[in-house]
Amino acid sequence: MDILIYGIINSFSLALMAIGFTLVYGISRIPNFAHGALYVITGFLVWSLIHLLKLNYVVSIILALVIMGLVGAAIYRFVLIRVRGMATSEIIATYALGLAVLEFLRWGGFKGMTYTLPVFIEGSIVIGNIPVDLQRVIVIAIGIVVVTFMWLFTHFNKIGLALRGMAQDEHAAMMLGIDSDRMAVIAMAMGSMLAGIAAITLLPLGNIVVEAGYNVLILSIAVCIVGGLGSWVGAILAAFMIGFLQIITVAYIQSHFHMVVALLVIIATLILKPSGLFGRQKELEERV
Amino acid sequence: MNLVTQERRKERLDRGIKVRTEGIYAVSSWQEVSYLVLPRLILIVGLLLLPFLMPSLYWNRVISIVGIYALLALGFDFLAHYVGLVSLGGSLFIGVGGYIAAILNKSFGLSPLFTIPIATLSGAIICTLLLLPALPLRGVYFAIVTLMYPLVLFRIIEALNILGGTDGILGVASFPNTWVEQYLILSIIILALFGLRRLVNEDIGLVFRGVKDNDQAVRASGLSITLYKAIAVFITSALGCLGGAYFVHIYMVAGISLFALDYSVIPIAATVIGGGGTLVGPLLGCFILVPISELLRAFGTLRIVFYSVILLAFIMFRSEGIMVYAQRKYHQFERWVKV
Repeated sequence: MDILIYGIINSFSLALMAIGFTLVYGISRIPNFAHGALYVITGFLVWSLIHLLKLNYVVSIILALVIMGLVGAAIYRFVLIRVRGMATSEIIATYALGLAVLEFLRWGGFKGMTYTLPVFIEGSIVIGNIPVDLQRVIVIAIGIVVVTFMWLFTHFNKIGLALRGMAQDEHAAMMLGIDSDRMAVIAMAMGSMLAGIAAITLLPLGNIVVEAGYNVLILSIAVCIVGGLGSWVGAILAAFMIGFLQIITVAYIQSHFHMVVALLVIIATLILKPSGLFGRQKELEERV
Repeated sequence: MNLVTQERRKERLDRGIKVRTEGIYAVSSWQEVSYLVLPRLILIVGLLLLPFLMPSLYWNRVISIVGIYALLALGFDFLAHYVGLVSLGGSLFIGVGGYIAAILNKSFGLSPLFTIPIATLSGAIICTLLLLPALPLRGVYFAIVTLMYPLVLFRIIEALNILGGTDGILGVASFPNTWVEQYLILSIIILALFGLRRLVNEDIGLVFRGVKDNDQAVRASGLSITLYKAIAVFITSALGCLGGAYFVHIYMVAGISLFALDYSVIPIAATVIGGGGTLVGPLLGCFILVPISELLRAFGTLRIVFYSVILLAFIMFRSEGIMVYAQRKYHQFERWVKV
């Protein structure tokens, strides 16, 4: 029973982490290796807004998300646009950016137990004689909201439809008058905001640590690969698969193998079905 | 004011001497011979004189470290610019090679003379097998998998407390003296540099570039893309594992710091700064970056920030790198012409 509950919670956390990465990759084909860094920055941003500027929790969350959106847009506008299309440079640029941010925060002394975000609502409820604190319930709720919102956005909104067109066939989309760079800026901004939402939802469960940046990056990449890079349904399904696998591993084997699961799942996917669970659309492109 | 803006453009022409020396049979004067030989000679003699020029033992040690990074950077450049695979995990190679050498030395009592070659070969085989699943695929998979391995191996060793755990394997044998240590790595660098340059101009180098630029053409020629990628990864990981084994014998310890991010970032930064695709460039980049890094040792992880920012700046604004620029100046002259 607790495997079921914690598996669902873990799966939604993974989905929240990965959805930003898969959005950016799916639309602009840029593997955003700075995703983990964006996640951690949001945590510190909210923390600083609350503790240094003494702002209200809700206000600082909203402010932080807006700032993250601007940061994402700025990253695309000033950095990535210069290396767009050069696969090697794209990878190196985002990787360097992420590394610079994370290691700077590490140097700046942001480590240890001192940096925590408050939970949204204190307390816990009991589901089938297992106590679950409310923050974890909120994770599920926000996960459902975000996933539904993204689905609605990409199916019934003009910008969302343009983003999806971009993801499916860039040249055809450009012929229909969709600006490739503008869409990529929007995708990057939304991706950063989604990373921020994930951070704000998940970080109250523990401390803000720099290592989380690498973990989030690895986990979201794992989810995206297993689900098929750039596929929505696949990503969510993969989040559930990896989420439950992780919880089962922690319950029956050892908690240290948490990350190893992610790697093994990636390797297994690459060997068995390289396009991922739902990556059929880009299968011919990815596979040699 | 009547401003006439005249359209001009820069024209680049090969120097006459370059054209004359391109065919080896045409070389007929000392000038032409030196045009060809001098850059290579400066490099080799410069590298071999380096240990004498260094003021202290500490800087002699730095030369060996530069050598290790240079091996990694050469491997990165070869893999990224000739085969089209971006490896973000140089520390995987260092870690695997280093641990194998340490285990061979401590548990089986082999001397560095044997551990380094064995670690190089077996480490390269292990790394190639580890990376094999990502090889049949195009795109970012290789970068992702190489990024993950060092992070995950780090955690596994830390968590399971195997291979000495967080303390590492202490008391690995060292080299007999610093001269052996430095000259061995310098000659390995020179061999690797010229060997790789020769390799990429052979038939197999052509296939490698084919894999990078148009893999379907390679496949249409009846060649296995995966096989050639595996060969390239083997070469790179052999260089990296050699560096790792060397590192372990220099510092006499193999710990989880072998999987540190430095080994992944500095080679990339060195390649971008030095000039990707030249193979000499990464070497130059290492000789610039690593000493700076030693000077900045007091700053801890801020150094990684420093490399990353340099890397980002170069890749955004000066993506050709120093060596490409220098080669252009050496081989060509420029002049303004009217359009």
